[in-house]
Amino acid sequence: MTQHVAKPQDYWPQGTVYGALLNFQQEWQIKVPQMPEAPYKGAPKAPMLFIKTANTFTPSGGRIALPSLVAEVDIGANLAWIFGQDAQPVACVLVNDVSIPHESYYRPPVKFKCVDGFLGVGATARGLEQVSTDAVVLTVKLNGQLVQRLNYADTVRKSQALLADISEFMTFQEGDVLLLGSDCLPNGKRPRAKAGDVVEISADGFETLVNSFAGGAV
Amino acid sequence: MKHARIAWAGAIHEAVESDGELLLTRSPWAGKRLKFDEVVWLPPLAPVAQARTILALGLNYADHAKELAFKAPEEPLVFVKGEASLIGHKAITRRPQGVTHMHYECELAVVMGRTAKHVKKENALDYVGGYTVANDYAIRDYLENWYRPNFRVKNRDTCTPIGPWLVDAKDIHDAYGNPMNLSLQTTVNGKVTQSGHTRDMIFDVPTLIEYFSNFMTLQPGDLILTGTPDGVVNCEVGDVIVTSIEGVGDLTNTLGQ
Repeated sequence: MTQHVAKPQDYWPQGTVYGALLNFQQEWQIKVPQMPEAPYKGAPKAPMLFIKTANTFTPSGGRIALPSLVAEVDIGANLAWIFGQDAQPVACVLVNDVSIPHESYYRPPVKFKCVDGFLGVGATARGLEQVSTDAVVLTVKLNGQLVQRLNYADTVRKSQALLADISEFMTFQEGDVLLLGSDCLPNGKRPRAKAGDVVEISADGFETLVNSFAGGAV
Repeated sequence: MKHARIAWAGAIHEAVESDGELLLTRSPWAGKRLKFDEVVWLPPLAPVAQARTILALGLNYADHAKELAFKAPEEPLVFVKGEASLIGHKAITRRPQGVTHMHYECELAVVMGRTAKHVKKENALDYVGGYTVANDYAIRDYLENWYRPNFRVKNRDTCTPIGPWLVDAKDIHDAYGNPMNLSLQTTVNGKVTQSGHTRDMIFDVPTLIEYFSNFMTLQPGDLILTGTPDGVVNCEVGDVIVTSIEGVGDLTNTLGQ
């Protein structure tokens, strides 16, 4: 298997990294039958968010360790906005929001998403003027094989609508990051990685984000 | 020692409590004494190099869990907050127009002092740098059952007052044995509305540090807000809310619009 060596990381998150849940139409539609039922008792109204804490940041080329007793993790390919002054996005970057697979979205996913190393971060950010956010297409490769394509034209809230709805209750600070959403596969699950796998997330004009996965984190 | 971070005379300063006054500790004002009402109080937290991790507990007091009609959790119910939601002592928190139920939550806040990974309960308190008081406001109108408590409820601008003091962990441990031996109280416009005690936490501070550090590395300056006991009531614009923890401090906040 190809050995990926970490290159110098030009970009590193400076602020709080937020992410949006259920922002692709496909996953939303798959969840629709569950929405009226307990525990949800209704479709989400405001954007549903989570935070990837600083202990999760892993550079592109870096290895992500699975906790012991966890055989596989979800791959969450995301385009992310990086905020400048005035609470407006100024750049974007590719990230891999790694999670321990979980079915329920009832409680905050801290123990599934805030595990050490669980956010692969692209090595370089691109100025937003070069990117048409709602038209970006991401491809996800697992050990060189294409496993997923995401098109940000297929989101529930387009990027500016998402920003507007979040800004109703909180203000992004300079350096903060917002993951614009990851999608599931048609079967409702996300692509998964296990120890020994290499995951590549790419998009036109972006440097590919590469992370390998290893077992036996202590 | 009780540490504060304040704005005064056009700049931000570190200070300590001294005989009922603030004593500035660094050049060019080292030795300068100020009254408490002469300054603007900031969150008593030194800046950190990466995003500060702020963990907050829900339903961590048996009585509060009962009050909210939930079964006590079998593992900590935790959510994460962004640092931008923090404001200092004597500040103003915005109450949105039209909401019907906005309540304070008086919480003991643990400030980590050392990098913590795979820490055991038995020595977890060695990793605490200090304690402060947090008021983790919630607006129940916005509760949804997706990643509950959701960010619209718990990550609002201005809705997490914290302070006034960062009290050295050693002082609390020397005076009270450990942080599980402190009374809590909230007053609204001078009337006591919430009384509790940290011994009634479902998951105590050492247990929480062990639980979190088992899967996430905590850094100095990271925060754990440990949940609130029974007695949360709706507050209105103009109300003055004082959340107090024995030996740690009295955190004053006013609701505004």
